[in-house]
Amino acid sequence: MLLKGGITVSGNRCKRKEILEIIENDARLNAEQIAAMLDMAEDEVVRIIKEMEEEKIIAGYFTVINWDKVGEEKGSAIIEVKITPQRDLGFDAVAMRICRFPEVKTVRLMSGAYDLVVYIEGQTMREVAAFVTQKLAPLEHVLSTATHFVLKTYKLQGTLVEEDGEEDRRLMITP
Amino acid sequence: MTNTTDWKAKINPLVLGIQPSGIRRFFDLVAEMKGVISLGVGEPDFVTPWHIREACMYSLEKGYTMYTSNHGLLELREAIARNIAAACGVAYNPRHEILITVGVSEGLDLAVRTILCPGDEVLIPEPSYVSYAPVTIMAGAKPVFLKTSAENGFRINAAMVEKAITPKTKALILCNPNNPTGATLDRKHLLEIAEVVRAHDLIFISDEIYGRLTYVGEHTCVPSLPGMRDRTILLDGFSKAYAMTGWRVGYAAGAQDFIAAMTKIHQYTMLCAPVTAQAAALEALRNGESGMKKMVDQYNRRRRLVIKAFHEMGLPCGEPRGAFYAFPDIRSTGLSSEDFAQQLLQEEKVAVVPGNAFGEQGEGFVRCSYSASINDLTEAFKRMNSFVRRRARKGQVLTFSPGKSGIKKEDICQTM
Ligand SMILES: Cc1ncc(COP(=O)(O)O)c(C=O)c1O
Repeated sequence: MLLKGGITVSGNRCKRKEILEIIENDARLNAEQIAAMLDMAEDEVVRIIKEMEEEKIIAGYFTVINWDKVGEEKGSAIIEVKITPQRDLGFDAVAMRICRFPEVKTVRLMSGAYDLVVYIEGQTMREVAAFVTQKLAPLEHVLSTATHFVLKTYKLQGTLVEEDGEEDRRLMITP
Repeated sequence: MTNTTDWKAKINPLVLGIQPSGIRRFFDLVAEMKGVISLGVGEPDFVTPWHIREACMYSLEKGYTMYTSNHGLLELREAIARNIAAACGVAYNPRHEILITVGVSEGLDLAVRTILCPGDEVLIPEPSYVSYAPVTIMAGAKPVFLKTSAENGFRINAAMVEKAITPKTKALILCNPNNPTGATLDRKHLLEIAEVVRAHDLIFISDEIYGRLTYVGEHTCVPSLPGMRDRTILLDGFSKAYAMTGWRVGYAAGAQDFIAAMTKIHQYTMLCAPVTAQAAALEALRNGESGMKKMVDQYNRRRRLVIKAFHEMGLPCGEPRGAFYAFPDIRSTGLSSEDFAQQLLQEEKVAVVPGNAFGEQGEGFVRCSYSASINDLTEAFKRMNSFVRRRARKGQVLTFSPGKSGIKKEDICQTM
């Protein structure tokens, strides 16, 4: 029994990994396509994806957008944040407070010279600057911030956003 | 006018007699159209992994712009020897038993020219890769086809080989996995074939360019079979597995005497493979394994998608087990391979290669390459599906007007 259970679990883990590998690069593929690609039943794919959504393994589906090209002004910055860790809570409580602001897109705890790296996006540079000075820097336990404005994006989520120059150059028919 | 006639008279009749590749004709047709999704491409849709390209640029910066030894860079030959030893457990001496060639294409030509004399016969499975018969003919020898079909899974067997052997037979050329069918031969079948090859003292030219692209079972390397190492010329390269078709680099491995003889032709006709490509190939072997495996995983996923698509279309298709081709049977549409390909292109803008481009035995089939993105594959199969359905309906109508049914070979030739 135990052995059998073990095999099923690892088989399931393997399928999960394969599904993730597929949708990591294209979230638009539907369950039918994924099922065909992995030689699985469609409802099994639906079930496994749902499980992973519930477990927050799949945390969301997004589109990689190069806002520079939309012609709309957007400001974004990476902010190094030093904080005082709190007894029992460490860095997590402060990090979570920062996370709650909708302008904040990414927050990570870092090793090295500072503690958190916060990526924020606003409508304009001015808005971003205002957020840092009025919201982020004054937060309790935040010791200091260093703001680096983003000037240009070349690659995002593993995707080249500029003219990537790697379109299909093959001849239409080759032996 | 006079010029043309003069030239015809002056061209070697062997060359004159070679038919232009069926693929070429079809290519001209496709080239004029816009918005075509092509499943007719016999090469990876991936661009060469960046680390390989970057290593090549570094080699240029360091001034690697000269001839290499005729055999190729020793470092590359050593890496190849290690790679073959690890993958198939066969040891080759990198100094005398490996030759770097300009792709498997050159390796094939060298191998054939090295062993064949006028009048010799060479066994070639059909359908198979388009170059085997022409290079044999240009070497003055005669291709003898081992005709495979859907019924035997497009696989040759020992009995077929045995039956085709005459006192003039010199060699067997085998591509495993096969282009265009995607069929693979397992160890058991290869052992039986190898036995016949040995019994009749033939040479085995083994094109294993798709060896790493084996999805069902394990690839068996011919020289790893008992007693085969010294009568096999192993041809392999970087084009398919590492997505390096345009670099033009491959290799031949075999017994010292073979390789020495091949090197004689190579040194006077090619000198050496391009050094930039050799530097890139070295990087591919040193650091490319995991990236290559990821590409193989992707082909495998697409392969399953393709099997399902043909099933839904109602076109019988043997399971493709290697390379990146599927070879569905289109006879139920009532069309010849060429008509199918041509009409599919015109009506639905999907390009596939008519099966007869790979020999008569390919008639009634088309080659669909799944080295295309999932989006392109999905769209192409949607279009193909409606084409096949329309044809199926038409077929029914046609049976009521017998005067128009049945496609004659003459019609096909005229339309091309
Ligand atoms: C079976 C087979 N052998 C050889 C080649 C040519 O390979 P290379 O690029 O190494 O010359 C191809 C290319 O399509 C092929 O399909």
